[in-house]
Amino acid sequence: MPRNIIDVTDLSVAEIDELIATAEDILADPAKYQDACAHKQLATLFFEPSTRTRLSFESAMLALGGSVLGFSEAASSSAAKGETVGDTVHTVSCYADIIAMRHPKEGAPYAAAQFSEVPIINAGDGGHNHPTQTLTDLLTIHREKGRLGGFTIGFCGDLKFGRTVHSLVNALSRYEDVNFVLISPAELKLPRYVKEEALKKRGIPYEQTESLEDVMPELDILYMTRVQRERFFNEEDYLRLKDSYILTPEKLETAKADLSILHPLPRVNEIAVAVDKDPRAAYWKQVRNGKFIRMALIMKLLDIRV
Amino acid sequence: MNIDSIQNGVVLDHIQAGKSMDIYKYLHLDRLDCSVAIIKNVRSERLGKKDIIKIDSPLEVDVDVLGYIDDQITVNIIRDGKRVEKRRLEPPRKLVNIIRCKNPRCITVAEPQLDAIFLLSDPEKHVYRCAYCDTAKGKKNF
Repeated sequence: MPRNIIDVTDLSVAEIDELIATAEDILADPAKYQDACAHKQLATLFFEPSTRTRLSFESAMLALGGSVLGFSEAASSSAAKGETVGDTVHTVSCYADIIAMRHPKEGAPYAAAQFSEVPIINAGDGGHNHPTQTLTDLLTIHREKGRLGGFTIGFCGDLKFGRTVHSLVNALSRYEDVNFVLISPAELKLPRYVKEEALKKRGIPYEQTESLEDVMPELDILYMTRVQRERFFNEEDYLRLKDSYILTPEKLETAKADLSILHPLPRVNEIAVAVDKDPRAAYWKQVRNGKFIRMALIMKLLDIRV
Repeated sequence: MNIDSIQNGVVLDHIQAGKSMDIYKYLHLDRLDCSVAIIKNVRSERLGKKDIIKIDSPLEVDVDVLGYIDDQITVNIIRDGKRVEKRRLEPPRKLVNIIRCKNPRCITVAEPQLDAIFLLSDPEKHVYRCAYCDTAKGKKNF
């Protein structure tokens, strides 16, 4: 049976630490890895649009000396003819050595894994999970803070539909001494099941608030999110909530000098462009880190060591 | 009221009063040829009132379904008119094609030919989650 990564908790803490160490080593000496996946093929099956995730997977495989095939929207695959996820993946697993898959339906990669003969990486399934974004976030936090634990992290914006938030809360709940601050409007609170499974079951305290300004001075890390139009059934609700939190240089005046600002991107207007120049903005470094952690993950799932 | 005792078959005892028809339905007992007796509102020291189902055929009962509906039920296997085995139930760790996910965003709703898989996430509260999308389903929703 191939090893799949559907949820970030499919990886143990020790395995995540190992991936971070590999990514750090790739960052330090990329040439050492340039032929690691020579003659291997990655299929990127993207049933919904993406810029960063798809290109970073492709860039990661190319940087490892491998090659890439796939599609970037459902309309250009047999899904448009009504083919099931299982049949599409079964077919592609005959051509590729590993598959990265994004799908608008929750659980589609779990379904795909039942039919695949090669490893499946969940590259995002609706509002559910996005484990490689979480690995990217963990690598970024590790590089910014030098550790995974011993800090206060604030999650701000759409915590209900924001899959990156669910995955990162889950992943960080396994580390010591992490304080969680959940900042959102009442309608976009972190789902109860995430709080129960990740925080309450483990006895981890957390704070919920609607005011970013009130908690800003406490934070070591601020994880901003976009209110995602595509997750709403009702346009009116989206319009009412989309501007709930906008991070500006003024709001950062009370923040710690060593705050790290993360965002999974794309952003719309929730972080003012002026914040990009602030040395505390870590989201462009986060984008870059995404490629290196995906290189480490591809190597791990293909059982390739350098 | 007299109901004949069975010679070879199964007696489901300690069914929560009022649940026997659910069990009849989910075990597909309507498809059986043999005698099936549903006895409702029987006095019980432990439960106050209970239901009992007697099945006059040595069928293999789906204990996953029973454990999901009510893990207090006892399954008595009868051979030659005597009870030869009494099974106590536990909530099953995994349910396959017993309940379906209602989350409209779940892949199993879009592709109903997929196996509906639920995993026990909280044994105390009897909460199951869809293995695909994590949507919770409790016993009360049965």
